[in-house]
Amino acid sequence: MHNILNIVLVLGGTALLAWPLGKYLASVMDPGSRLRVLHAHIERMMGAVAGSTGRQPQDWMGYLVAMITFNVLMFVLVCILLGTQQFLPLNPASKGPLSWDLVFNTAASFTTNTNLQHYSGEVSMSYFSQVFALMWLQFVSTGTGLACLAALARGLAGSRMLGNFFLDLQRAVFLVLLPLALLVAALFVAGGMPMTFHGAVEARTLEGAVQTIARGPVAAFVAIKQLGTNGGGFYGPNSTHPFENPGFFTNIVSMIAILLIPMACVWMFGRITGRPRHAIVIFGVMFVLLACKASWAVWAETTPAAALHGLPVVEASSLEGKELRLGSTTGPLWAALTTCTSNGSVGAMHDSLNPLTSLSPFAGMWLNATFGGVGVGMINMFGYIIVAVFLGGMMIGRTPEYFGRRIDARETGLAALMLLFHPLFILVGAALFSISSWGTDTIANPGPHGFSEILYEFSSAAANNGSGFEGLGDNTVPWNIATGLIMLLGRYLPIILPLAIVGLLAAKPPVAESSGTLRVDAPTFGILLLGVIVLFGALTFLPAAMLGPVAEHLMTLH
Amino acid sequence: MHQPSRGQTSFLDPELLRRAMIESFRKLDPRHLLRNPVVFLVWLGSLVTTGFAIFDFSPFTLQLALWLWFTVLFANFAEAAAEGRGKAQAAALRKLRTTTVARKLAAEGAEERVNATGLHRGDRVVCEAGDTIPCDGDVIEGIATVDESAITGESAPVIRESGGDRCAVTGGTHVLSDRIVIEICNEPGDSFLDRMIGMVESAKRQATPNEKALGLLLLSLTAVFLLVVATLPAFVAYARSQGGGDTIPVPILIALLVCLIPTTIGALLSAIGISGIDRLTRRNVMAMSGRAVEAAGDIDVLLLDKTGTITLGNREAVAFLPAPGIDGGRLAENAQLASLADETPEGRSIVVLAKETHGFRGRDLSEARFRFIPFTAQTRMSGVDSSADGRRIRKGAADAVAAWVRGQGGNVPGEVLQAAESVSKSGGTPLLVAENGTILGVIHLKDIVKGGIRERFALLRKMGIRTVMVTGDNPLTAAAIAAEAGVDDFMASATPEDKLARITAEQKAGHLVAMTGDGTNDAPALAQADVGVAMNTGTQAAREAGNMVDLDSNPTKLIEVVEIGKQLLMTRGALTTFSLANDVAKYFAILPALFIALYVPAGAPAGPLAAWNIMHLHSPESAILSAVIFNALIIIALIPLALRGVAYPPMPADAMLRRNLLIYGLGGVLVPFLGIKLIDLALVATGLA
Repeated sequence: MHNILNIVLVLGGTALLAWPLGKYLASVMDPGSRLRVLHAHIERMMGAVAGSTGRQPQDWMGYLVAMITFNVLMFVLVCILLGTQQFLPLNPASKGPLSWDLVFNTAASFTTNTNLQHYSGEVSMSYFSQVFALMWLQFVSTGTGLACLAALARGLAGSRMLGNFFLDLQRAVFLVLLPLALLVAALFVAGGMPMTFHGAVEARTLEGAVQTIARGPVAAFVAIKQLGTNGGGFYGPNSTHPFENPGFFTNIVSMIAILLIPMACVWMFGRITGRPRHAIVIFGVMFVLLACKASWAVWAETTPAAALHGLPVVEASSLEGKELRLGSTTGPLWAALTTCTSNGSVGAMHDSLNPLTSLSPFAGMWLNATFGGVGVGMINMFGYIIVAVFLGGMMIGRTPEYFGRRIDARETGLAALMLLFHPLFILVGAALFSISSWGTDTIANPGPHGFSEILYEFSSAAANNGSGFEGLGDNTVPWNIATGLIMLLGRYLPIILPLAIVGLLAAKPPVAESSGTLRVDAPTFGILLLGVIVLFGALTFLPAAMLGPVAEHLMTLH
Repeated sequence: MHQPSRGQTSFLDPELLRRAMIESFRKLDPRHLLRNPVVFLVWLGSLVTTGFAIFDFSPFTLQLALWLWFTVLFANFAEAAAEGRGKAQAAALRKLRTTTVARKLAAEGAEERVNATGLHRGDRVVCEAGDTIPCDGDVIEGIATVDESAITGESAPVIRESGGDRCAVTGGTHVLSDRIVIEICNEPGDSFLDRMIGMVESAKRQATPNEKALGLLLLSLTAVFLLVVATLPAFVAYARSQGGGDTIPVPILIALLVCLIPTTIGALLSAIGISGIDRLTRRNVMAMSGRAVEAAGDIDVLLLDKTGTITLGNREAVAFLPAPGIDGGRLAENAQLASLADETPEGRSIVVLAKETHGFRGRDLSEARFRFIPFTAQTRMSGVDSSADGRRIRKGAADAVAAWVRGQGGNVPGEVLQAAESVSKSGGTPLLVAENGTILGVIHLKDIVKGGIRERFALLRKMGIRTVMVTGDNPLTAAAIAAEAGVDDFMASATPEDKLARITAEQKAGHLVAMTGDGTNDAPALAQADVGVAMNTGTQAAREAGNMVDLDSNPTKLIEVVEIGKQLLMTRGALTTFSLANDVAKYFAILPALFIALYVPAGAPAGPLAAWNIMHLHSPESAILSAVIFNALIIIALIPLALRGVAYPPMPADAMLRRNLLIYGLGGVLVPFLGIKLIDLALVATGLA
């Protein structure tokens, strides 16, 4: 019973908080002309910072060029910072140099809001690297996602000019992420999370052994890690580390922070496009999928594993890989949340989940739009929406149209391309690594579980999730290069294509709506959308899922 | 000449079926198949599987190869069957084009015999009774009856005359009487007949915008499934390295691919498009492009001419309203007298009404030495003058007759004007009848709204289509008829310029507009409208401007045109959804068959993934064959639906979506489970697997 209560409280509570936040997001990301005095001051200040190029409204192409230029600069800068961390300040523990491929992978990982970590933060990274390279990227990569969603929504609202990327980025970082992160970090500190620039402490244990206890600016790092669907932990074990998730309170705050902005993004989209009822349908579809995946994970994990059958145990919950301080069901729930939102922080070792449970995180990353990453989750959903609108439009006998703009061959083609890339990265990557020593030498378990480890790593990279199945020795040159490339492609293509679609749509004359128009704000469309997402996901990934988790589960039955 | 049988030809016609079968083999030519990537991929797969069947024979591979070929053939057959009816029609039409000898008028008026194909725009030809009109053109001299049945299928001859809106003649039709001079308006090879042949034959059929978009979606889905199938051997190789098992033979991978890619919709796509145009043709509407048919489905504003579309073409006299102090009989008698020579339907209806109400029979006018005064646009009256007793009777527009009476010193009672006014308000047309200086009363002419039209408009409204009635009547009359017919809006006292302005305004507001027209002054509006249906009786200019021509010249058909357009898109959408939903069951059939030999525990007959075989299919071979056979047979099963179009009960978009999602989405998931299981049982029973 408390399992269900847990799910209802976290999902329902966050949904309640997301509504006012969505209103706030819309008001700061797309302020329009009616500004309060303070807000007007801030806008003017940001305009001054951005300079003259930063104030010009950009069309879709200009917006994309600005976004990509900025991201390339950040990527290069962070490569340099990480590559030279041994010479830089704030390195009390004297962390040494990093290998070139790890630098590439880590820079790609944090620029793309993925936070796949092929290293352990407390072992490899200096405080300077953690705060000024990685945490900085956790802010601006999240801001990039939010800015791009605002631009997409403006285009769909009918404007040919999508706004200004630099201005949007400042709004996202200064008016949304920093205040929220401050608030959450304060809650974390209150919950007992360390926040210091002092180096590790040495402790003498009862047995007389000397233990080095790593600490650092954890609370600040974790706040934006959760809020910005980043997921990159300060410590290697992520939120299963007692300093990164000290107790029940921080655990609840973390789970809420994971979901909060992705949920609010849907409302922001509805408000900027002026289609709040359409946003309700989208929110409903995402929520249903999220609830299914969360319930499945908790159910599958609390069902006694076949291995326990006939053994004299009373409560047969699987305990391996869980933080028992937090209870055994919070781990699978977290697993569902973190993969649905492309967050990637972990509250339990996904490697230790029951095979059937792990279908939930897999599905979260494969669909990648059930709230999804900040901004980009909704942008991914846009791809599914276009396909659903196309099918639905034909089924009612009208040239498909979305928000009064006709969907022609070019838009359909681009949306279909969006759907093509995701499985391309995952399946081709997994195929390549499962037949070569690149992959087979690095897996920790034989059989289907080993395959799941490889499949998971590519899914996580392509979905910009960043969580690991663990067990995989992934800090190798092939893994670093392959996942680095996939993270970059998996991040920017799904932003470029939708903005191109919106650019094409905004240039078209609007079509009047009537009772003969496909209603995207009706429950029927929600069902169609749900069908498209589930069918597409199932048809694409079912064979892989069968050879991984499903085979593993069936084998335990024998 | 043999009539191209329109409307009766079923695609089950054995002759058409035979030809379609031959054609489906001819279409195996890869150059033809390249236009359809999905079917082309199946063709490649069949070729490779055949190679395996020959060099690495097994009954299973042979059956697989055969069924893959059948899949391609069925796809070809669907297209050929759809083209069949058009081809038969085109052949009949082509006969009309056989070398006609034309009598070309030289500059000095001399005649010169030339071949019809040698005629150019601007040439003048003479046609007399018995001649075949050599080429499209306008009558510039004379009047003639013309048999157009070869084109329209309508056997009653039509009048064609110079000037006015009935001057257009079509090449290939026959002059039955009289002599006309025609100015040719087409270059050779670009006549109406040529275009008609091109359309019904689908020779010039280009993919419509929607078809292109759907094609792209299908292509990328195919790419996704290609990806899924292409990565499987690697995944299986990993599993084999861990727990043994066999590699998947290439033919089985091909079978999986063919089952997954959207073959059903891919195979039927062009058949759907062709049959959409064919459905229009069978209703005697010639679309000049597939694009126009598709646009018809998007129409949300219909501009309908009142006369002929909403009302029966003719007004009818329904009552005599005598002036104060005038006997009803006298009014009726004079009204009848004034109308005896009036051949218009209105005039005839007055005669009939007088007979019905007062028993007057028509009399011979010459007997009383009556002289008929015809209606002119200036006088706006008609009537008779009697040289015997000096009676002058007039009937006509209220103000014209009133002025005529006042001009002779008579007065017009206020009651009469009021009566006329109230007739107008009720949507009727008042005619005043006067004898010399005395107003006798009012004839109430009424527009008769067509039966069932109101319900039809209500259905259109449900579908989100707004109807606008266009009429030259005054606003009062127009409003009354609009209310009676149940249109959403009306334009009174409308000129062709008003029509054009209205269309442009509607389009600016994002609407797609359809209209019908026949006059030369309708041409700009026809060209501007998204769907412009020109009447075949109309002028050449109108026929050139519209993107459809209605051979029956029946303006009500616009509504059917819209329905056919919608049906075309819906059929595509429904079958795409069905095709994709089918894949779920195929996965349940094929994947366990592929993975059964993986991770087999020692001593066990099958691996753990055999549990996925929830349909309990007999064996891996029977499962794969069943899926492939289902995939092929479903194409054949759906050909009638593709040709006929999905059912289209008018309803709001949301209800329609619900309905089609249920039938083709949910149905598409469930049907193949049943189908594959049944085929599997049949294969086992016949010992084929």
